[in-house]
Amino acid sequence: MDWLTTIAVILDSTIRLSIPLLCAALAGLWSERSGVVDIGLEGKMLVAAFASAVAAFVTGSAWAGLGAGILASVLLSLVHGFAAITWRGNQIVSGVAINMLAAGVTVVLGNAWYGQGGRTPPLEGAARFGDLTLPFAGAMREHVPVLGLLYDEVISGHGAPVYLAILAVPITAFVLKRTRFGLRLRAVGENPAAVDTAGISVAGLRYGAVVICGVLCGLGGTYLAVSQSAGFLPQMTAGKGFIALAAVIFANWRPWPALGACLLFGLLDAIAIRLQGVLLPGIGQVPVQAIQALPYLLTVILLAGFIGKAVPPKASGLPYVKER
Amino acid sequence: MSATPIDLPRWADAGLVPLVSVTAALLVAGLVVLGIGESPLEATALLLKGALGSIEGLGFTLYYTTNFIFTGLAVAVAFHAGLFNIGGEGQATIAGIFLALACLWLAPLPGILLVPLAILAGAAGGALYGFIPGWLQATRGSHVVITTIMFNFLAATLSVYLLVNVMGKPGSMQAETPEFAGHAVLTPMHQLLAPLGIKLPATPLNTAFLLALAALVAIWALIYRSRLGYAIRTVGANPRAAAYAGISPARMTMVAMALSGALAGGLAVNEAMGVQHRLLIDFTAGYGFVGIAVGLMGRGHPVGVALSAFLFGVLYQGGAELSFDKPTITRDMVVVIGGVVILFAGALDGLFRKLVANGLRLRRVA
Repeated sequence: MDWLTTIAVILDSTIRLSIPLLCAALAGLWSERSGVVDIGLEGKMLVAAFASAVAAFVTGSAWAGLGAGILASVLLSLVHGFAAITWRGNQIVSGVAINMLAAGVTVVLGNAWYGQGGRTPPLEGAARFGDLTLPFAGAMREHVPVLGLLYDEVISGHGAPVYLAILAVPITAFVLKRTRFGLRLRAVGENPAAVDTAGISVAGLRYGAVVICGVLCGLGGTYLAVSQSAGFLPQMTAGKGFIALAAVIFANWRPWPALGACLLFGLLDAIAIRLQGVLLPGIGQVPVQAIQALPYLLTVILLAGFIGKAVPPKASGLPYVKER
Repeated sequence: MSATPIDLPRWADAGLVPLVSVTAALLVAGLVVLGIGESPLEATALLLKGALGSIEGLGFTLYYTTNFIFTGLAVAVAFHAGLFNIGGEGQATIAGIFLALACLWLAPLPGILLVPLAILAGAAGGALYGFIPGWLQATRGSHVVITTIMFNFLAATLSVYLLVNVMGKPGSMQAETPEFAGHAVLTPMHQLLAPLGIKLPATPLNTAFLLALAALVAIWALIYRSRLGYAIRTVGANPRAAAYAGISPARMTMVAMALSGALAGGLAVNEAMGVQHRLLIDFTAGYGFVGIAVGLMGRGHPVGVALSAFLFGVLYQGGAELSFDKPTITRDMVVVIGGVVILFAGALDGLFRKLVANGLRLRRVA
């Protein structure tokens, strides 16, 4: 294998590994921009992965799986919204609860329904998202050097959720920046009292953001179970929701940088897998764990203000209490 | 915890509200049991019988309780300083590494020195790993919640690396350290009590349980009867007032986080020195997260922590027996209950306070 193919393969797996991070990061971004901190991204993705795998298995349709995944994730989001917005509860506590609940419920139900240690039966055929070949992929590979190969290998040949997730980046950027809804939503995250004074419902906007957050987590979870893998495995999110949280901080709560951060973390992951057991000249064997730990380590260093400053929305994490 | 405008008598706030929210949590769990086609009543009966129906079952229950007392106290102490420490898993993991190093390196020492030194090493490891996020929040403004999440993952990857490549037992397929020397471990309770003529069946319950009880008393004295505890609580209630009164919020943040980490280290003492007699990978097994439920439900008070730790001990042991009898109900049901308890007792606190307040008013009217 020549070096170009190697790079193409690494970039391809970078995209695959970044997608769940991207979905969860955009989800967290929406929620936090409205002032609702969401530690429960992980739990929502996990529940979505489970629900989508079950629905896809039962109906034999990957799209039904996506619907079920989004529905389950939005329901959990509403639980979070109920606690955090309506009852002004501690948002972090609620997020932790959602993560635990999801970790337990998926295994209990999976085990009771299928008796395979929490796994769902393998998905085949139309129950999985097939890889889409973009137009001209084959022809470009043959006739255009380098770019053609990259186009065919990296850009083309992913399942539908991948393209939906990437499409969500410009949509998020546009809605947040250029629409009235987005402006109001950002205002609610910075200064809810001002929004309230203008006669706009703080709770309404925050519930809206929380639901969008649920939809995106649903997409991410479905991608994991119905597109990337062929079924649900216990704990299959494996901390991706938390890395996504790190990506949101990295991106300073902005959509395009969030895409960049997720691609970077995905690339690190792809390299870590690639480097397993490989001896590097001059360095020797790099422990895989060292690369896996990098996103977490970088986030801690970033948060400590050693590389740039992370500025969250001003009202994030604070329940809004109307003054009388 | 945030102040709520709903006024409740103290007994209702400390007793009734947690009781109602736990009952509601158990009802939700009952619905899940119903959903998978089993009888919740039968399941509850099996669970209680498994946890409390025999001396052996009770021994296992108290062994789990020991873990939850430590992790619950860790969360409670941080809470008093207004900090939400979700890093118990990571702190216990690092404590385990320190403790295992002490047990293995200092093995030539006699047990009377080795055991306390190893426990102290574990506590120091946990304290250090709690202190760093506290220090980062106090001096650099990075939020403890986010840093402790990241630190949990960092501890997990570090322990995988160390146990696989550095400290691991040569030739073992599992990631684990070699077994500790016989004099480096804690005595099981059944052995401790045998010379007194008390015969108990063999259970993992060991002297770490006594250590946990001592920690409950010590933390009670520290939080409610000492100058330091007063300072911690003042910072938690109102950092600006505390600063005005000459208490440094930054210092108390670091002290409380270190103390919290040291307590989480107790989990490693019970698991590694008391039961496994070696350091296993992922020995924390989610006890740190359940500790959040224990701390929240116990309202941060050592008596409450002891009671809720015992409740979760019953659920863990009973759950294990239950999953033996009913394979469809796995032990993960306990995780579900833990999650719902955290949701109800922590985040939906306001709702349950309102319900209790309404209930009390109705009774007065009637």
